[in-house]
Amino acid sequence: MKKLKINKTTKHNFITYLMVFIAFAAASLLLAAGQMSSLMEGLLVPLCIYVMLAISLNLTVGILGELSLGHAGFMCVGAFSSAFFSKCTEGTLPDGFRFFIAILIGAAAAGVFGILIGIPVLRLKGDYLAIVTLAFGEIIKNLVNVLYIGKDQNGFHFSMKDSISLNLDPEGQIIVNGAQGITGTPNDSSFIIGIILIFISLAVILNLINSRDGRAIMSIRDNRIAAESVGINITKYKLMAFSISAAIAGAAGVLYAHNLSTLTASPKNFGYNMSIMILVFVVLGGIGNIRGSMIAAVILTLLPELLRGLSDYRMLIYAIVLIAMMLFNWSPRAVEWKEGMKEKYLGGLKKRREKEVK
Amino acid sequence: MSFISYLINGVSLGSVYAIIALGYTMVYGIAKMLNFAHGDVIMVGAYVVFTVVSTMGLPPVLGILLSVAICTLLGVTIERVAYKPLRNAGSPLAVLITAIGVSYFLQNVALLIFGANTKSFTSVVPLEALELAGGQLILSGVTIVTIVTGIIVMVCLTLFVNKSRAGQAMLAVSEDKGAAQLMGINVNGTIALTFAIGSALAAVAGLLLCSAYPSLTPYTGAMPGIKAFVAAVFGGIGSIPGAMIGGILLGIIEILGKAYISSQMADAIVFAVLIVVLLVKPTGILGKNVQEKV
Amino acid sequence: MSLLEVSNLTISFGGLRAVDSFNLQIKKGQLYGLIGPNGAGKTTVFNLLTGVYKPNEGIVRLDSQDITGMKTIEINKAGIARTFQNIRLFRNLTVLDNVKAGLHNNYRYTAIEGILRLPRYYKTERRMNEKAMELLEVFGLDEEAGCLASNLPYGKQRKLEIARALATEPKLLLLDEPAAGMNPNETGELMDTIRFVRDRFDMTILLIEHDMKLVSGICEELTVLNFGRILTQGETAEVLNDPQVITAYLGE
Repeated sequence: MKKLKINKTTKHNFITYLMVFIAFAAASLLLAAGQMSSLMEGLLVPLCIYVMLAISLNLTVGILGELSLGHAGFMCVGAFSSAFFSKCTEGTLPDGFRFFIAILIGAAAAGVFGILIGIPVLRLKGDYLAIVTLAFGEIIKNLVNVLYIGKDQNGFHFSMKDSISLNLDPEGQIIVNGAQGITGTPNDSSFIIGIILIFISLAVILNLINSRDGRAIMSIRDNRIAAESVGINITKYKLMAFSISAAIAGAAGVLYAHNLSTLTASPKNFGYNMSIMILVFVVLGGIGNIRGSMIAAVILTLLPELLRGLSDYRMLIYAIVLIAMMLFNWSPRAVEWKEGMKEKYLGGLKKRREKEVK
Repeated sequence: MSFISYLINGVSLGSVYAIIALGYTMVYGIAKMLNFAHGDVIMVGAYVVFTVVSTMGLPPVLGILLSVAICTLLGVTIERVAYKPLRNAGSPLAVLITAIGVSYFLQNVALLIFGANTKSFTSVVPLEALELAGGQLILSGVTIVTIVTGIIVMVCLTLFVNKSRAGQAMLAVSEDKGAAQLMGINVNGTIALTFAIGSALAAVAGLLLCSAYPSLTPYTGAMPGIKAFVAAVFGGIGSIPGAMIGGILLGIIEILGKAYISSQMADAIVFAVLIVVLLVKPTGILGKNVQEKV
Repeated sequence: MSLLEVSNLTISFGGLRAVDSFNLQIKKGQLYGLIGPNGAGKTTVFNLLTGVYKPNEGIVRLDSQDITGMKTIEINKAGIARTFQNIRLFRNLTVLDNVKAGLHNNYRYTAIEGILRLPRYYKTERRMNEKAMELLEVFGLDEEAGCLASNLPYGKQRKLEIARALATEPKLLLLDEPAAGMNPNETGELMDTIRFVRDRFDMTILLIEHDMKLVSGICEELTVLNFGRILTQGETAEVLNDPQVITAYLGE
């Protein structure tokens, strides 16, 4: 019995990895054969970004069991910190190495933000936590929009007002220009790096889930009071899950920043709409189901692009699908109906199998 | 003098937030859910007025009445179709996410019908601006009407909840659904009534908001909705006086923050205040502290 | 020398003294019962002992260590584990993982070792599996190790809760109405299990129970609570024949 269970999770995880690999191989083949439209080609990196975000948020919502509506904020932190680094070091460091460090910086910065935000807010529960994470996401976006950083021979200059108050030398360079954001970030992101990052994120989360710390996190989700009663440190594990989740969102932000020539923090990319979009991936793919949320992210990103004619209705379709899925998955009556159907069609099969076992 | 005028503008904006927040808080108190789509009902209300008054050229009074009627109907329908089936769902997240879906739905329907372009909303308030203190203090008609409407709504709602039978039923349902049912209270009806009142208030808030800030897009309701939600949490979600206090304070903070600190950071300031309040008092200013029973 | 010494433990909720000047001494290896009518404050005593509530007054000593006012997890580390009146399992974890969650503080490796799958991860997980299976066998749950906890029948859920509590290697085990909702057969079986746990793990057990058959069958000493105060304390047979106790249960 014990052996069986371990094999089952290993197999399950293996399928998840395999799936990513097959998707990668298929996309690479199409690319090599020149069969991929430029539209699709342009979507490859965003797909990796959304998949990472879905994995990341599923750790918070599905494994830790807390609703975060501020994940775009962590992505924003990762994007801006890494883009800032890349802008500053462009030309001084070799490209590949620079991007590697940029990813580390983006993930670390978002992770630190995760801890800083997590310490006060993880004491709150449910709806309160949701609104406060949303508030933090909006604050981060808002702050980035009034942030000005420039560089000249005297070093770095900061301002929260405008680019003129930076007092730069004439040959100084504005790096972060308020609402205009960062322009000219090196275009380092690529599909293969995206896939590697997905693999790393997956490995981190799947290994975490099947370890002592992951069990602690899930036990808090299932019953906080019982978890405390067996000596599990609630704050520590909530923070651990939250900051790992933030760091992965930050890494996705790095990918995002280095895929565009101009990085700005608009409501569209880092506002709560984005956070909610990620939540939709997680909910549709299955709360706590990492593989499902990855598939949902891919389908929901590709679908509107493939059905170009429907692009006006894209968000409307999202909304209807979301409502319908929630009603179908969660309403007590639908759950009952599903159980009934299962009994009806699988019941006989199950009984037969049980007999065989006996 | 400018401080007083900012303060009055703050109270005016705060009254709008308070009216919206009342909808949030009543629904939360009774259905124990955050109606994320509440802000978008405001937007729908404003579009109705816009269509009736600006497009069809009918009198504003008709627009207002129609807007209130349509929003009430919309609120009740949303509850019936999207929220009621999930009332006893296993996870409280389920209904919250559904509400987010409804919010998206309303925004995108509006987008399809009216397009993304900003519509300029004609104020439905005919009142002239009022000059006080020898012209140093100018109060626009909208500001005055908003504050007055805010006061009327708050008084009426407080009287309704505390004096009427239906209001008492609401209190009973919010206290204990099961017990209220056993006492012969029509729980479904009471919840529907709560959504109806909340949505009617949203319509009122919508036309006040758009009379003061006359640009209308499908996303007009989203930010005020979220801020009103912040106001409700700020005052202690579930508490009617809390929503009023929270709304007005939030309006004042926002306007003063815009005037004296930074206009770009006004939203950040509002959210920061919310966070600070919740950290000090995790259930808001007037919220009740409920401990989990072991 | 007592394992658990409680003196003058008091807590009020809004003026109501839910537990008033509660005293208790339990010797090592004892099977001790805490009984009393509904609302007498029995579960509140458990919550005070496990740090869910902080007492207003009084001292709690476990093995001569002062644990008064400590946090739940510290008290668990100090050696008190409990079960709950309304079962609190990790419903979406497997039966095995429920017990392994109980082993959390006794088998350690860091998160990094877990994520990078370093050798210590495999070594410790193997030992955890062995230990957890051993505990599950004691309770006859080894067959269901791979099932979700929420899919277990009621009686087995109660047993799993005890197994999980024992996994934390406590000195004192608190059982809150272990026989609630069980039929006489199951209760009989449970009595055997509790005795077995005491002997096998050399455990000291304090239990709250309403089932008088169970109480008189296995408890060596009893404390009776009524309206937050101790009505009487002593050997089981004497306490159960005390007219005061009979009145408290049956009314005047």
